[in-house]
Amino acid sequence: MTKTAFPPSIKSRPVYADLVARPGTYHLVIADGEGAGAVVDLLAGAAEPAVMLAVMHVVYAPGPNGTDEAAVLQALGAAQFYRAPTIAAMLPRIARVLLDAHMGTQFYLAGTEGLIGQAEREIMATGFPHTAIQKEHRGSTVRRVQCVHCKGITESVRTDPFACSHCGLNLFVRDHYSRRIAAFQGVNIDAEDPGLVPAAVERFK
Amino acid sequence: MALDIKPGAFADFFKDETFRDDFTFKNSPAAIRRFPFPFDRDDYMYSVNMEPHTPGKPGSVFENTFDVDEHYVAEMIDRAKVLAEDPLRCQSLPHMTLAGWDLLELIMESNARDYPQWFSLSKSGNQWHWINRPLGIDHRFTFLDESTLPYGPMEYISRQMQGDFSLQDEREGSLWMDAGMVTTQADWSLDFDVGMNFMEWHAPVPLAHEKHVFDRALKFLLKLQHGSPVRRFNWTMTVNPLLDTSPENYPKWGPTKTSLTQENLGHKQHLRVELQALFRLPRSNAIAFSIRAYLGKFEELVTVPKWGRRLHRVVRDIHPDIAAYKGFLRNRHMMVEWLAQHDDGAPTTPGFWPDL
Amino acid sequence: MSGGAKLHVRVAEVVPVNDLIKRFRFVTRDGSPMPAFSGGSHTVVEMDDHGTRRLNPYSLMSDPEDTSGYEISVRRDEAGRGGSLFMHTHVQPGMEMVLSHPLNLFQLDGRSRKHLMIAGGIGITPFLAQIKQLTHFGGRFELHYAARNRELGAYTADLKSAHGDRVHLYFDEEGQVIDLKSLLNRQPIGTHLYVCGPKGMLNWVRSTAQAQGWPEASVHFEEFLAPGTGTVFQAQLATSGKTVTVGTHQSLLEAIEAAGVDAPYLCRGGACGQCETNILHCDGTILHRDHWLTPEDQAAGTKIMPCVSRFEGKTLILER
Repeated sequence: MTKTAFPPSIKSRPVYADLVARPGTYHLVIADGEGAGAVVDLLAGAAEPAVMLAVMHVVYAPGPNGTDEAAVLQALGAAQFYRAPTIAAMLPRIARVLLDAHMGTQFYLAGTEGLIGQAEREIMATGFPHTAIQKEHRGSTVRRVQCVHCKGITESVRTDPFACSHCGLNLFVRDHYSRRIAAFQGVNIDAEDPGLVPAAVERFK
Repeated sequence: MALDIKPGAFADFFKDETFRDDFTFKNSPAAIRRFPFPFDRDDYMYSVNMEPHTPGKPGSVFENTFDVDEHYVAEMIDRAKVLAEDPLRCQSLPHMTLAGWDLLELIMESNARDYPQWFSLSKSGNQWHWINRPLGIDHRFTFLDESTLPYGPMEYISRQMQGDFSLQDEREGSLWMDAGMVTTQADWSLDFDVGMNFMEWHAPVPLAHEKHVFDRALKFLLKLQHGSPVRRFNWTMTVNPLLDTSPENYPKWGPTKTSLTQENLGHKQHLRVELQALFRLPRSNAIAFSIRAYLGKFEELVTVPKWGRRLHRVVRDIHPDIAAYKGFLRNRHMMVEWLAQHDDGAPTTPGFWPDL
Repeated sequence: MSGGAKLHVRVAEVVPVNDLIKRFRFVTRDGSPMPAFSGGSHTVVEMDDHGTRRLNPYSLMSDPEDTSGYEISVRRDEAGRGGSLFMHTHVQPGMEMVLSHPLNLFQLDGRSRKHLMIAGGIGITPFLAQIKQLTHFGGRFELHYAARNRELGAYTADLKSAHGDRVHLYFDEEGQVIDLKSLLNRQPIGTHLYVCGPKGMLNWVRSTAQAQGWPEASVHFEEFLAPGTGTVFQAQLATSGKTVTVGTHQSLLEAIEAAGVDAPYLCRGGACGQCETNILHCDGTILHRDHWLTPEDQAAGTKIMPCVSRFEGKTLILER
């Protein structure tokens, strides 16, 4: 549908693939915005969707661009469905679900990089290997960026450079990405020549 | 106990100098002669360049497992200041505490053996007594019991050691930088990179991935065995003798790059060499990576004629992407112009040792 | 010099554990402490077996914090090439031997919420050291240990008395079998699984875990492959310009070493990858027996692990 193609980049930049149904005793699906389409496709490609849905928990939030396909996901008929208003609002629920999840659980993340990164961080905190978490990017490419100077995180960054929402420095957006922080790195663009800031370009939509 | 740094003790050897504000750092003539000049030929490209970390020439920076030099006390004061301003420069993920103890053991045993005049370690079982005379530390603690140290074991010992350290956990066929003490770095952020694997934290380095430098280096390091450490060089350029060239503080030091003139360049421009040594640690099976930075002023380095000629040729001919990554592309032409007066075109001898 | 720094030791004790297993304790010759190590490590023991140099890996089973000596347990293998027989029949207290520094290819993942261990027979040895390390530094574990019968189940009494409910024993001859599927399904998320034992057990545990949805990165296994025997073959070493003949009871690596060619190695059991050697020409069949090369690499026939793999055919030319 609207799978995202990213240009080649450095090795710390996350890469994504299509969600594929894998054998599991429980399926935790976390998505936002257009990520709903990836979940629909996941089930369409599953050998036994009914079996999967019977042990599936879907957590969903609208995307940063306003896309809200909660009704589509709810109609799938998973054992549990929850629509959170925002990513931040869904994180405590995910942490609670993980508290008594068991090995054999499959994790499927779909949507924006902010959703994928923050959900992945919750799952990694249990000691589960991040390489086994499936991630498919769909929808908006706006970025979550950490200011390397003040450490504040600016959500939904669209332009490069942009002004840090915490300290106000003009930051350029690197492709260098930290799974631990779930953010790209922002570095002051006019440090050597204060005031010489190039015009902002809308790189992320 | 608290760290009780006493500058002035051993003042006949350890210098009272600064790496910030008035920048009084300089190398003694003896320190210049033992400077680890990193270029063994007249050009430069990335390579794995690892060799066994075995004791080298007496008096050289390779003589001992860890080199302690005339800048020791001043560097430790500078590190304490950096940490006071930003505690995120030292981080250890929860599963890395044991590796921290391994590092503490390695450093204490090495330094007590190599520098008995400055350090001593006595043990009765796990009851250890550590004395660091230059820093005024006399401390009894229980090995492997964090509650008997004022900091975690990695932070405790690396507040007493020149150079940065990172501790790398081995999993899933890679090395993961899950702990570190990084206050004298060449513009990379520990806070951002902690938790990354080998390929990820090296991701921003240009050209080297295409040449498979990191694939080969990782394969080599995964085979690193306890008892057989290895070392390599890295280098960059720094304006002013500033140890803390962190991305965190880039807005503070970035503007100094525009302060060079032909008149002040020899004094302000420094070649910054990292002597990197890697050790497999016994209990944790982690790898300790010590990254020891040496600063040499251009005007100090050119007192060795071979180095003056060679530095000129390396800076003149380096690939612009590498100059950009190392942060000196904008000043390269000024550096070449200044260095040219120390290059008469004569051939240089192979290897990096001075040929005075 | 291949194989890294060495430990020069003396045999302090040789203790029969049961009909098949002997335990060996090594101490340094000069009385200095041995390095501490990490649970799951092995050491490569050098043997001079009547003129044949053997280097066999054995898991360290002693307390990793006990720097007064290292212990290994060796199961007697009548059908093998002779390394275990040499240990059983010739190694006596007082003998001087050489060990490699500990090397770990079977490390506990420090981030795990829980360590689930499955051992078969002599495969218990790395877990003995890991459990001791966990008792020093913390970490939740559960051990499931299967042996042929009570007599051959080495160290079961020690484990039971020290760790009680966390140790579960199974004896084949009493018809006891691990209920693997339900065991795997009840583990908390973030558990890591470790298995060491005979090949059949490894395959069973790994395939069951995969079918139950466990990620590969959460499943750790160790099997030391004995080099095995085979027909005599020749190999040409292009770099050194020599030709070696590999005997029935000799490995290709041992033949290369016997020819005076220094070849890298660490584990000598097909696991670490250090001895990987490029094949320049092959007219015949490579008998791949390692865990290192991917199935694609093995099929491509451009690399061989000379510590365990062999050759049958006309001509083999190696870059060595």
